[in-house]
Amino acid sequence: MDLAFMAETWLALLAGLPLTLRLAGWSVLCGGVLALVLALMSLSRHPALVWPARAFVFVFRGTPLLVQVFLIYYGLGQFRPTLQAWGVWWFFREAYWCALTALSLNTAAYAAEIIRGAILSVPYGQIEAGRACGMGRLTLARRIVGPIALRQALPAYSNEIVSMVKATSLASIITLAEVTFIAQKLIAQTFRAVEIFICAGSIYLLINIAVTRAILGLEYWLSPHLRAAPREPPASEAAHA
Amino acid sequence: MTYLELMGFGPTGWGPAMLRAAGMTVVVAVLGFLAGAVFGSLAAWAKLSRVRPLRWLADGYTTLLRGVPDLLVIYLFYFGGSAALSAVARMLGGQGFVGVPALLTGALALGAISGAYQAEVYRGAFLALARGELEAARAVGMPPALMFRRIVAPQVLRYAIPGLGNVWQLVLKESALISVTGLVELLRQSQIGSGSTREPFPFYLTAAALYLAITTVSTYGFGWLETRSMRGVRRA
Amino acid sequence: MRIVTTLGAALIAVAAATGALAQGRTVRIATEGAYAPYNFTAPGGKLDGFEIELAAELCKRAKVTCEIVQQDWDGIIPALQAGKYDAIMAGMNITEKREAVIDFSIPYVQEAGSFGVAKDGPLAKLPGDGQVFNFDKDNAGAVKALEAMKPMLKGKTVGVQVSTIHSTFLDKYLKGTVEIREYKTTEQHDLDLLSGRIDAIFASASAIRGTFDKPDFKDYTLAGARFSGDVFGRGVAVGLRKGEPALKKLFDEAIASMNADGSLKALSMKWFKSDITIKS
Repeated sequence: MDLAFMAETWLALLAGLPLTLRLAGWSVLCGGVLALVLALMSLSRHPALVWPARAFVFVFRGTPLLVQVFLIYYGLGQFRPTLQAWGVWWFFREAYWCALTALSLNTAAYAAEIIRGAILSVPYGQIEAGRACGMGRLTLARRIVGPIALRQALPAYSNEIVSMVKATSLASIITLAEVTFIAQKLIAQTFRAVEIFICAGSIYLLINIAVTRAILGLEYWLSPHLRAAPREPPASEAAHA
Repeated sequence: MTYLELMGFGPTGWGPAMLRAAGMTVVVAVLGFLAGAVFGSLAAWAKLSRVRPLRWLADGYTTLLRGVPDLLVIYLFYFGGSAALSAVARMLGGQGFVGVPALLTGALALGAISGAYQAEVYRGAFLALARGELEAARAVGMPPALMFRRIVAPQVLRYAIPGLGNVWQLVLKESALISVTGLVELLRQSQIGSGSTREPFPFYLTAAALYLAITTVSTYGFGWLETRSMRGVRRA
Repeated sequence: MRIVTTLGAALIAVAAATGALAQGRTVRIATEGAYAPYNFTAPGGKLDGFEIELAAELCKRAKVTCEIVQQDWDGIIPALQAGKYDAIMAGMNITEKREAVIDFSIPYVQEAGSFGVAKDGPLAKLPGDGQVFNFDKDNAGAVKALEAMKPMLKGKTVGVQVSTIHSTFLDKYLKGTVEIREYKTTEQHDLDLLSGRIDAIFASASAIRGTFDKPDFKDYTLAGARFSGDVFGRGVAVGLRKGEPALKKLFDEAIASMNADGSLKALSMKWFKSDITIKS
């Protein structure tokens, strides 16, 4: 294996890293907010809220992300005059916003189910106990349901973030020059597929290992009551990281 | 052209092509899922083994395949696969190149990806087995092969069904990525059609609807399997 | 005789009744199927175009059985090297970079690269008026024509297919002047030109004309000067793996014979509405 070539490729691919991270970060954030809304909608008892949320989750989990990307980018491109009349064309004109929309909607559908499951997993006794202490709905959500559900959701959410990082590679197909796009271009120029994809793969792997580690750390930090009592006082708080 | 003419079954309609492509999607997904069952059970066995290098190997495999974009894995199989095969053929005294059909490449790539997920499912299912049953089998003197066939396999499969259902859905959706290798499955056909007619919306919409139909049918299929496999289990 | 099937991976089997036994091998030829009029996919999914007909005739003359397979452009050379097929006929020009990794037959056609723009857009009046400038024969003239276009192109977005002579041209001569956006297929940049995401496309003049003949594109036109020579290479040819002189000889002889009896010119007139064959 040609190490000099690999090093050169790695550096060239790093140019796409900011875009990859931006796509992953924003889509997880926007998708997360939307997911929370969807989860609350489907947990409400009102059919007018429950059914749209369920339909959304059904459609976006039942179709491939790549189809959603194409539908939003090329499919909506067909309706430029209408979208211009509505004044939203500037948004759909940009490949970046199209990719971000597709990624966010997609992750929202998956994350909504994770959040819903996490909220449902909160033991009823704890909610009852909270009510018995006279907590209002908001206090209950903030003090009891929120923290417990968050801890419960973390492992699954970690997987979802990892798959979002991986999914950003699909943006390469609609002209966005992130890591996979550059990798494809380099292959077309040098015709050395295996080496280039090893380099690109290692970049994603490193991001994902960092994400997984960070969330494991968060989980550890959030569950002090599940840990065995320390034999001697911990040296410093930094030990948590 | 109206939507019905475009997606219809007339001389210029794309209906038959789209349906055939949907069939190809199912074929490549099924093959990929089956290949993944082989990779996955091997990896699960390695993960549960007492031999440390085997465990490392299996952990490496699942970490790698679950951490790298599937698009990259597919490209790796597509471009790397036949180059490697050709090299092997040349070593064995053969000559020229060994081409790998797109369907085979796609199935193997999907197999490698889904194998990493299936490994966890099988491992979890094995750990859910009641230890006492294994001990009982050993106590009555069952050889390992018989124990695997009578005790382990049937129960692991039963516990694995819900997880396998999820992996199947994943494989079905990942199969859309195989379109980049030129295999004419559903998404590829939609790309061809929308390029040719310059009407991307109807094509991708139809593709989405067909995917939704396939995933919905398989959800019911796995639900039925789950109920059926749990017939002998007492529910709380 | 040509038998067209759409079975499986949209293969087209081109069978030459007598040649198959004589040669005893099937030559698999890859095409993109998304570069009209060179090669494209007709309604219903059949491959068609200049190169599909040319391939059939070349194989008939070379007395070999041919099979045409579809392959995406961005993987078309690696897959040739990986042995997925034996030849490429996909509007591929002979360039130095490509010659470093694959062999080519003698070229069968050659044409200039051009911009395609909206008739009512800001680029409709690009200077140059369709005149062809060759960087090899008249470098000063070509550079001058290019400079004349630059002020109008400044800051515009131009769509081009990834890893083509056209993207190389934009990279070499217009980087920094225009924003270059690279697409997997020309059909995709056509769609984005139509939706207004890009201001112009840059491709071979005949490919643009082929697209703009369609009713959807009645408001679009070729504009500015056209360019050839330098990065554009020595013409479109059959791409072959290195180290297969026998196959190269078959294609070379068949192309020369079609050139000699005028049948290549007839095919060019049929698909490109002009003679873009290479006169020696």
